[in-house]
Amino acid sequence: MTSPSDQKIPLWRDERFWRILLQALAVVGVIIAILIFAGNLSRNMQQRGIQFGFAFLRNPAGFSIGETLFPFLPNEPYFKALLAGILNTIRVLLVGIVLTTILGSAAGIASFSENWLLRQISRVYVEIVRNTPLLLQLFFWYFAVFFGLPAPQNQLEWFGSMYLSKAGVSIPWPQNTPYLWMWLAVLLVGAIAALFVWRQRVKLMVEQGASGRSQLTTLIAMGVIALLIVLFGLGWQIPESTAPGLVQGGLRLTLEFSALLAGLVFYTGGFIAEIVRAGIQSVSKGQWEAARSLGLQSGLVMRLVVFPQALRVILPALNSQYQNLAKNSSLGFAIAYPEVYSVANTTYNQTGRPVEVFLLLMAAFLLINLVITIVMNQLNRSVQLKER
Amino acid sequence: MRKWASLLLAASLSVATLAACSDANNTAEGEGGQTAASSGGSRLDTVKSRGQLICGVDGGIPGFSFVDSNGAYSGLDVDICKAVAAALFGDPDAVEYRQLDSTERFTALAGGEVDMLSRNTTWTLSRDAAGGNGLEFAPPTFYDGQGMMVRTDSGITTLEDMAGQSICVETGTTTELNLTDRMREIGVQFTPVVFQDADAAYASFAEGRCQGMTSDKSQLAARRTTLPNPDQYELLDVTMSKEPLGPVTINNDSRWFDTVKWVTYGLMQAEEFEITQANVGEMANSENPDIRRFLGVEGDLGQQLGLPNDFMVQVITAVGNYGEIYDRNVGEGAELQIPRGLNSLYTDGGLMYSPPFR
Repeated sequence: MTSPSDQKIPLWRDERFWRILLQALAVVGVIIAILIFAGNLSRNMQQRGIQFGFAFLRNPAGFSIGETLFPFLPNEPYFKALLAGILNTIRVLLVGIVLTTILGSAAGIASFSENWLLRQISRVYVEIVRNTPLLLQLFFWYFAVFFGLPAPQNQLEWFGSMYLSKAGVSIPWPQNTPYLWMWLAVLLVGAIAALFVWRQRVKLMVEQGASGRSQLTTLIAMGVIALLIVLFGLGWQIPESTAPGLVQGGLRLTLEFSALLAGLVFYTGGFIAEIVRAGIQSVSKGQWEAARSLGLQSGLVMRLVVFPQALRVILPALNSQYQNLAKNSSLGFAIAYPEVYSVANTTYNQTGRPVEVFLLLMAAFLLINLVITIVMNQLNRSVQLKER
Repeated sequence: MRKWASLLLAASLSVATLAACSDANNTAEGEGGQTAASSGGSRLDTVKSRGQLICGVDGGIPGFSFVDSNGAYSGLDVDICKAVAAALFGDPDAVEYRQLDSTERFTALAGGEVDMLSRNTTWTLSRDAAGGNGLEFAPPTFYDGQGMMVRTDSGITTLEDMAGQSICVETGTTTELNLTDRMREIGVQFTPVVFQDADAAYASFAEGRCQGMTSDKSQLAARRTTLPNPDQYELLDVTMSKEPLGPVTINNDSRWFDTVKWVTYGLMQAEEFEITQANVGEMANSENPDIRRFLGVEGDLGQQLGLPNDFMVQVITAVGNYGEIYDRNVGEGAELQIPRGLNSLYTDGGLMYSPPFR
């Protein structure tokens, strides 16, 4: 008789063995699938006499791009054209994320409003936007809303500082001078300082029961100074209409950019509104009641008790909405916005290299979305429950 | 930690794909370049056994390829598809049309989704060459040039007047490149507004987003008729490029390419012989040995291509000769009234010239 501990477990009865084997098999399966697809692709390309390679990226593009963030000439190489497209995508993406977050949060919070009208507006907005295709909405914004603007000769003027016409939308914009960057740096330093003062104030109030009034005065003073800097220090350039149909100064947005931005912001905002609503609702009623019974005002209940807990539910879902916004921006090609997909489209047509161009496109979107994920994961970590 | 592992996995998988591609590519070079199209056989056999031709067309240009309210296709490009189908099957209706936009067309052809394109496609070196798009171009069926359409009341009469203006253009076309070239040549700054879809491009132009709309002249003339108030628009008297438009097939398939090529030439040759839809029956009794060979009464020209010997009789019965097709769709008998110009027979000072059927 041998004792059970001496007895070797047969390999096929060992649970760990099976686990590892199955995982190894899965990896081998995936690799085989990829090899089959790649082999098929290269066989087909070989039959047609197409050679795989990225050397074409250095050839002159030969086409022009409507709007670029850096000067782009048609005799510059394809990779610069694609870079201009990527920058156009990132431009609409960054502005879009900021605006859609504001719009979505506002609509989400409005659905809890005591005001009946506000509640209904939020409801109707969310339902319309979520239940119609984005491409349709983009066409609506482009053809119905922005093409509804008057011709440049009789452009609309808003507050004497914004001009809207079929030629584009002109808005005030800071002038690019050394002063601008100096003041922006001052604002950044001020914001960091204000954060420290705020932390200090909370600490004093919690630990010593101090009133925190002196710090509050400091903060208000800093806020006023910041406002003055923003208003007068940045050198805002107000667009001016010099002749009928001619606008000079300020920042001119094309109709394509405006329509894509509006479409993406309103579409994604509808989903974010629902995420915010769900997040707030996920905080149990007991938290509201407990906070109120401590004597907190309703604004403070939201800010100090409910919202920080809701953020734990909101942030992960927000990440995927931001990624959707990044991916959906490629629909801009349908309304003539030269984002990366549109430029890639022209590129592969002129060069006859769809496989290479699509690989680059996928890499570009993958990279953009990974950066969004990394940033959002960091943010998420800071609001998660800290287990001590 | 696990997250990074999965990222790493994703990255390594994509690298593996690339590596696999380039590996396979190296071996291909080792074998010494191109092999024949699928060793199994020609697209010609595929089409024949299918009993139907799949033809890629635009479908939105009156006179060239247009779908009417009953879903029937008509136009010069469509008649070329019908001619090929008639040559193959004796039935001009044995065609399935696929509407393709300018960026889809080459991928659809290369992927075998369509047998041929008859979709106002410009013949250029890079589209023809194996190192470019790798296609095969049958003889042009329409010699065109790029033009510019503007609003009549805009006061624009030359390209130089377009400085600082926006110009609408369709992506994936030769016109997109020509526009840039011509404007660079004369040193005029402009803003291109590039659309994927021709309908969207013309709609934006009509809405006033662009001061100019550029495309092949024939297409501009045809599209002008579909705009609201066509009288408000005119074509500038400039020709920005050479645009020979013709049918296209895939590279490295000579048998199929020859079929399409010689049916196209046959249409021109028929006009030269003055064989029309009406008289093709009598012409078969002609004493002229050239005509007898052409119509398959003598010799085996059709068989050499892998077609019935009387294929040109079927073609002409179905759609007529090139001149008839032209007049019916875009010439005097049609709304567009485009003069024959370069598209006349060489005997009338044009470019339509068929090598001998011998």
